[in-house]
Amino acid sequence: MAAPAPPRPLARTVHSAPRRPARRRGRTRLELVLLLGPALVLFTGFVLVPIGIAVYYSLYSWNGFGPLTDFVGFQNYADAFGGAVFRGAIWHNVVIAVLSIVIQLPLSVGIALLLDRKLKGRAFLRMVVFAPYVLSEAITAVIWLLMLQPNGFVDELLRGVGLGGLVHQWLADPGIVLYTLFVVMTWKYLGFGIILLLAGLQGVPPELREAAALDGATSWQTTRHVVLPLLGPTIRIWIFLSVIGSLQLFDLVWIMTLGGPANASTTMASYLVDHGFKRYEFGFGSAVAVVLFAICFVFALVYQRFALRRDTAGALTRAVS
Amino acid sequence: MRHSRRFPLAALVAAAALTLSACGGGGDESPAAASGPVTLTWWHNGTAEPVRSLWQQVADDYHKAHPDVSFTVQPIQNEEFPTKVPLALQSNTPPDLYQQWGGGDEASQVESGRVADLTSSVQGWIGGLGSMAQGWQVGGKQYGVPYVQHVVGFWYRKDLFAQAGITAPPTTMADFNAAVGKLKAAGIAPIALGGKDRWPDAFYYDYFAVRECSPQVLKDEIAAVKLQNPCWVKAGQDLQGFLATQPFQTGFNGTPAQQGAGSSAGLVANGKAAMELQGDWDPSTMSSLTDDKDLDSKLGWFPFPSVPGAAGDPAALLGGGDGFSCTTRAAAACAGFLQYLTSTPVQQKIAEAGSGLPVNADAVASLKNESLKSVAEQTRKASSVQMYFDRAFPTAVGQALNDAVANLFAGQGNPEAVVQAVNQAATGNK
Repeated sequence: MAAPAPPRPLARTVHSAPRRPARRRGRTRLELVLLLGPALVLFTGFVLVPIGIAVYYSLYSWNGFGPLTDFVGFQNYADAFGGAVFRGAIWHNVVIAVLSIVIQLPLSVGIALLLDRKLKGRAFLRMVVFAPYVLSEAITAVIWLLMLQPNGFVDELLRGVGLGGLVHQWLADPGIVLYTLFVVMTWKYLGFGIILLLAGLQGVPPELREAAALDGATSWQTTRHVVLPLLGPTIRIWIFLSVIGSLQLFDLVWIMTLGGPANASTTMASYLVDHGFKRYEFGFGSAVAVVLFAICFVFALVYQRFALRRDTAGALTRAVS
Repeated sequence: MRHSRRFPLAALVAAAALTLSACGGGGDESPAAASGPVTLTWWHNGTAEPVRSLWQQVADDYHKAHPDVSFTVQPIQNEEFPTKVPLALQSNTPPDLYQQWGGGDEASQVESGRVADLTSSVQGWIGGLGSMAQGWQVGGKQYGVPYVQHVVGFWYRKDLFAQAGITAPPTTMADFNAAVGKLKAAGIAPIALGGKDRWPDAFYYDYFAVRECSPQVLKDEIAAVKLQNPCWVKAGQDLQGFLATQPFQTGFNGTPAQQGAGSSAGLVANGKAAMELQGDWDPSTMSSLTDDKDLDSKLGWFPFPSVPGAAGDPAALLGGGDGFSCTTRAAAACAGFLQYLTSTPVQQKIAEAGSGLPVNADAVASLKNESLKSVAEQTRKASSVQMYFDRAFPTAVGQALNDAVANLFAGQGNPEAVVQAVNQAATGNK
């Protein structure tokens, strides 16, 4: 975190008696306690303490009943990483995260640029692309689960437009199921990226485009060298949210496939529920949860340090100056 | 809408009752003290009608006859029990009476020290339920009591069987494979399977093992959670051979068992597949997935075929049941209520509601349709009913077994891996 900005002297304190600053400092402290206190208590109680407890549980073999007596050290962690299913789950999370960046990002940017132009029915189109994001993930999953059944809506649609050869066992083929899920995720989350980027595009001053046009830049050159660089902060935030979301992926997988068939679509979170709760292995489940947390946390720190820092630094500098 | 409006009131009543029972709790602490008023908190999974009203009615009736015993009835979604019960048994206020499927889950829960040993309270009448009540014992002690029995077998459509020229339900594996061939030839998907949910896959392995392993081997090796007899691998080989005949609908590994018309139950209900290996609850699941009002008359039932030359019992069935356990706070009052649940008048109502086969034989006549009556009849005649393996084993082992079997269905792993998965999970390996 950046160092706190030096307190800005208020106009009326300049002429005040010498002991006033001390009192103000006391008031600042009171404000800090009042404003930060409740949030800090909640954060400690519902985030920090549970993480600590999960780490503690993860060192025991515990089925959820009776006291914690069977201390196993790091055995749960060794078991998790030693199992092909959990390693596969991590791999699936990574695949989803990479696919998101490689496919969803260019798609979002392209559609956002289109929707930023003046065109007929723009508001309607924006609504259409954003609508899936409003649905809860559970509802999305149920809808697609029904549509992707063999001879279901998707298959009939493909056959109807003469693409019957493309029909696959979308959810039953271990080689395809992960990509099927990715398509559903893209359908759901594309709208979010587009809205985010449209907001970013509002921040691109029209004067810059005009200036570029005056200098004879083509539309593509303007987009490539003026608009995209200015969208950088938005894109970097989107990548951050997308990767964290990919790592924590659960609802969609659980409802559509339960991680199957043959663990072909297991994610870290679905593995955690499958092996922690369904098998009454709460110690082992805690270990998996700690691993998931650690991966997200390390990614967040590294990404903040190397990718987001210049954005936040710029924001702070602007605010202070 | 009606649910959501009713809920706050129910929650309020529940909270009030909890507070009241907490205030008057001092006298109820000793399990032996049946005297003095007591309020039993009752968690059951009958969230849907008619079971929801039935349980409320049963509680009200019991309260009328025994004014000292009142109830706080809390219907809870079936899928929430595996997470709610462990937490509740760790807390200071577990429910007094809760849904219990017996077997390995129950054994795990008993470790909490909160589940009441009912052996002495029930010894006068538990014998009337027959051998199935043993499924709710842990180490020879009765920690729960079943109120309905479940049995797994093939539910089939008589119309589609006739269309394919099958005159009688198959009784041997050879007959069965021939029937599958005839159905395929007639362009009908022979068997619907909800492979996404994995537990329906396990029914097939379980049944092949029941046919391949002698009753003694089943009893000993399941109790020891150690599979050593070659019959377990043989069962997996039988299953692989059966899978090679490709008897299931397209994409069965991604099909849910019970949700929507595209589920395995929905496929049979709508005539898209000819049969399904499922529990006795299947007709009631199917009826909610189709508009066909005559479905009941089209459905028939036959047990899993016999496997020639196998060491197991060709007439044994696979099944389980629904029951309840008591916790220690008010065990005596709770046990009295469990006896009431197994009495003929209550069992008749349970049979009418269609929630399963009554454990009290006198109530079988109240079952809603003929095919269920015939299932109950055949179940009573069956030499034994083996509890589903995923229930009979400790929870972690049962899930490991289901996963390994599901892998076989997805074309991965081998029969040895199924046996290995069980033995490894039993030693605590993940």
